[in-house]
Amino acid sequence: MKSEPSVRETLPEGLTPDRLREMYYCMILTRTCDDRGFALNRQGKIPFAATCQGHEAIQVAAAFALRKGTDWLVPYYRDTCMALSFGVTPREQLMCLFARKDDIFSSGRQFPNHYSVPDRNIASISSIIAAHVTHAVGMALAHKMRKEDSVVLTSFGEGSTSEGEWHEAMNFAGIHKLPVVFLCENNEFAISVPQKMQMAVKNVADRASAYGMPGVICDGTDPIASYTTVREAVERARAGGGPTLVEAKCYRAMSHTSDDNQLQYRTADEIEASKKRDPVPRFEAWLTDRGYIDAAGILDMKARAQHEVDEATDWAEHQPMPSEEDLYTHVYAEGPLS
Amino acid sequence: MPQLGETVTEGTVGRWLKKPGDQVAKYEPLLEVETDKVASEIPSPFGGTLTSISVEEGQTVPVGAVVCEIAESGVAAPSKTATPAASAEAPSRAPVQTAAPLGFSGATSRTGDGNGVRYSPAVRKLAREHQIDLSGVSGTGRGGRVTANDVSAALKGLPSAPAVARSSPGAPTSAATPVPRQAHAPVEAHAGDEDTVIRLSQMRKTIAERMLQAVSTIPHAWCMMEADVTELSRWRDREKAAFKAREGVNLTYLPIVVQAVCRAIKENPIVNSAWGGDHIIQRKHINVGIAIDVEEGLIVPVVRDADRLSLAGLAQSIAELVEKARRRRLTMAELADGTITVDNTGALGNIASVPIINPPQAAIITMEAVVKRPWVVNDAIAIRSIMNLCLCLDHRVLDGAVASRFLTAVKKGLENYANA
Amino acid sequence: MAVKNLLEAVRETLHDALARDERVFIMGEDVGPRGNVFLITKDFIEEFGHDRVLDTPLAEASIVGVAVGAAMAGMRPIAEIQFADFIYPAYNQIVGEAAKMRYRTAGGNTCPLVIRTPYGGGVGGALSHSVSIEALFYHVPGLKILAPSTPADAKGLLNTAINDDDPVLFLEHKKTYRLIKGEVPPGDYQIPMGKADIARPGSDLTVITYGLMRHFAVQAADELFKDGIDVEVVDLRSIRPMDRETIVKSATKTRRVLIVHEDNKFGGVGAEVSAIIAEEALFELDAPIRRLCGPDVPAMGYSKAYEEAFMPSPARIATAMRDLAAY
Repeated sequence: MKSEPSVRETLPEGLTPDRLREMYYCMILTRTCDDRGFALNRQGKIPFAATCQGHEAIQVAAAFALRKGTDWLVPYYRDTCMALSFGVTPREQLMCLFARKDDIFSSGRQFPNHYSVPDRNIASISSIIAAHVTHAVGMALAHKMRKEDSVVLTSFGEGSTSEGEWHEAMNFAGIHKLPVVFLCENNEFAISVPQKMQMAVKNVADRASAYGMPGVICDGTDPIASYTTVREAVERARAGGGPTLVEAKCYRAMSHTSDDNQLQYRTADEIEASKKRDPVPRFEAWLTDRGYIDAAGILDMKARAQHEVDEATDWAEHQPMPSEEDLYTHVYAEGPLS
Repeated sequence: MPQLGETVTEGTVGRWLKKPGDQVAKYEPLLEVETDKVASEIPSPFGGTLTSISVEEGQTVPVGAVVCEIAESGVAAPSKTATPAASAEAPSRAPVQTAAPLGFSGATSRTGDGNGVRYSPAVRKLAREHQIDLSGVSGTGRGGRVTANDVSAALKGLPSAPAVARSSPGAPTSAATPVPRQAHAPVEAHAGDEDTVIRLSQMRKTIAERMLQAVSTIPHAWCMMEADVTELSRWRDREKAAFKAREGVNLTYLPIVVQAVCRAIKENPIVNSAWGGDHIIQRKHINVGIAIDVEEGLIVPVVRDADRLSLAGLAQSIAELVEKARRRRLTMAELADGTITVDNTGALGNIASVPIINPPQAAIITMEAVVKRPWVVNDAIAIRSIMNLCLCLDHRVLDGAVASRFLTAVKKGLENYANA
Repeated sequence: MAVKNLLEAVRETLHDALARDERVFIMGEDVGPRGNVFLITKDFIEEFGHDRVLDTPLAEASIVGVAVGAAMAGMRPIAEIQFADFIYPAYNQIVGEAAKMRYRTAGGNTCPLVIRTPYGGGVGGALSHSVSIEALFYHVPGLKILAPSTPADAKGLLNTAINDDDPVLFLEHKKTYRLIKGEVPPGDYQIPMGKADIARPGSDLTVITYGLMRHFAVQAADELFKDGIDVEVVDLRSIRPMDRETIVKSATKTRRVLIVHEDNKFGGVGAEVSAIIAEEALFELDAPIRRLCGPDVPAMGYSKAYEEAFMPSPARIATAMRDLAAY
């Protein structure tokens, strides 16, 4: 399948051929991890898995549009590719799937994909939809007060934009022109609720003007287009231009999580049709066409990704589980529980 | 008396604003009434002449009681009354507390159930720690409840008064002293205005009759001995937890004393007798009556063939009888055929008592409070636990010598209990 | 030593914290030029600038949510909810996010946040300006709940809260703002959390209380002392963590406990205090534990009759004390 190049031939600011290949690698690494997660779930080895299949392009693009080490990520639970592209390792991903004691995000306390790596600038999230968006705004407020250079990018699905707190966060950021990018990965479904039951507007981006910021739409299955859009928003924030709402249209190939069966609310045909938009083979074709990568290179990358994920799986599976004593740690800095 | 407030049940007349003979208009303030929430002026419900006042200033009556009468103007009937009057007698409020003032005359049941209130955890703990038989501690808390302070006080200042409620005071000596009684015409007192009249329950009437009969027909003699129960006390301390765990009842001194009494009776069977008019009846069975305080007074159920029961059996039987007494479930059979009575006056804190014999028995023994005293042991002073034992005997059936032999046997039985 | 009312003590503490630590800032409705609806932050904006005394939109969830984010990013925000009655939209952020931040990241992220709010009745505040909220929050592991009743305690505990690395809900009884005056030591002293105050030592019975009721209880105790009843009044002042040791010690000493709080009785803080005493001092008790609390109705109404019927008064407290003493 030949992809249509949707941007001009000269690469966008900040992208080089090496970076393009890195982006591609992140996408296939993510796909491999996701597949492994589902396999382990079906084997009964882990209770729960969620994939980002369909979202890989926008996620890798957003991660690459940020300045690693300076900018902050406040993602949501479907941002596996974003996390793996922003410094999370396959071992760390598998550790959280297996909920082991040394899981770096939460010591096995949170659901999978609830990323938190403060020293790699990834903030913590919970399972409460949109609760993290005000946190992103608060972080941006702190950065602005301290006159720091960092931009905060927070991502969420279109369902999140119904929560009152999401609107409060947008409002606050708009009033103070905070250096934050609001990224909506619109895959058209909030579990089973389709977009038309979620909001009265056609695009999430249409809401932006109500909060005094620009709203832009991009094709979330096109990594180059996504990168350009997000980067523009990031640099606008960095320069003091205030927040932007980016809506990346993508799709959700799999069910919401391993506990969902989307055939209950989507038709098989529709799901098949959406899979034609799969960003991974499309980017692969785009890169191959332009000579950034060849078949051998692709095979090599896939093998490498497979190896990394296999090693990570085997390693993580044998790590210790939390003990009963671990239940009581980190409630407070110190002092009695009550 | 109006209802001034939803939860108010009575009111006190504060001040009459009109006097008999006065004219009073409808809604004109008639009197002031005080409740625990508020003092209010009450407007007259009728216009007319105040003819009489039936509740004086300062008196408290229930809501609905008649407080005065007004001759309503323009109405033929001489008066209109409110809802049916409360009793015209002195106002009685339920329940009248006969709870003891500070001191050791107890309205409290020995078994710890004064007015249905249990002992608090603190009280039980203190009693356990200091080996106090709570049934001997009287309460100063609400409704006669034994409080922790009462137990603490019992520890410090033990009762020095001899038995108060149980008998007329005799000379507290250790020699058998006849205390003759004569039947006189009964003297009845009259209640003054400030006094409280308490109606007699059936039980109280019965007790009154029997006590009078006992003292007027039986020549009582009395003697006392001191038993060194130090070893027994220590033995009991060691045993009581296991006993409780095994038997499910507490190991108090009472069953131990009953056991000693039974053995002493075996050695001195004449004590287990009755006066038959022109003969003495020496009983075969040893049915020990256990004196128990209940709310209304005294009741003496019987442990039949007490000599055939083990210590555990005695403890259990006594506990059952106490429980039944408390719940008013004793049958006539359980109250009949006692041959001797044991009275645990020590539980009240007494160290000497002059009890009244339970006719037709010939003797009654009291076990007094166990008190630590400085004592002479092998010509040295030691601290020993001493329990006094008192015996009242029917001097027609028994005299001093056999009484003392019997009491000595009881005493020795207790002193050597741990070694038996 | 300076005598201040509770409001002045809070003001002084906030002022000094802003001056001392540039990570500290205040955010809430009307805290800027208006100086807070009780004038607690009066003139602060002139001195510290609008960044550090930040007027927020009328949106309680984000007042706390944004503060959580700022705390995660290393600031020490003091978020204000204008009246405790308005805190419910922020419950998600307080209980679901702030309280769990340390636990869910196994210490990776922390949330050094203070949320201040005025609570309590006695000012004609009616159904939505009078509630007590401590029972809704003290249940939650990960939170700390403070309720000082004296100016000196307010200062010391607020300083501790600001310096604490975990989220603290700091409750200020609005009636005590102006009513209660006391000596306030100078300097930035801290009072440790989890330590109750013996407001009045005694031997015959114990009253365990907090907030405005502490003062009423002391007043009632002074009355009873004339009749020879010596009441010990324990002011919890720290609801979570709670000073178990002092509670048990006092219950053991006097053997009779009356718990007094303005908040509704069922499920209030008194229930936990009762459970603690029952668990750890049952065999010291000479009487059942008693609670004198606000009635179990949604809130105190506007009419003065409702307010007076709702709030325990010194007289009612005295009656309850006498009753327990006579048990």
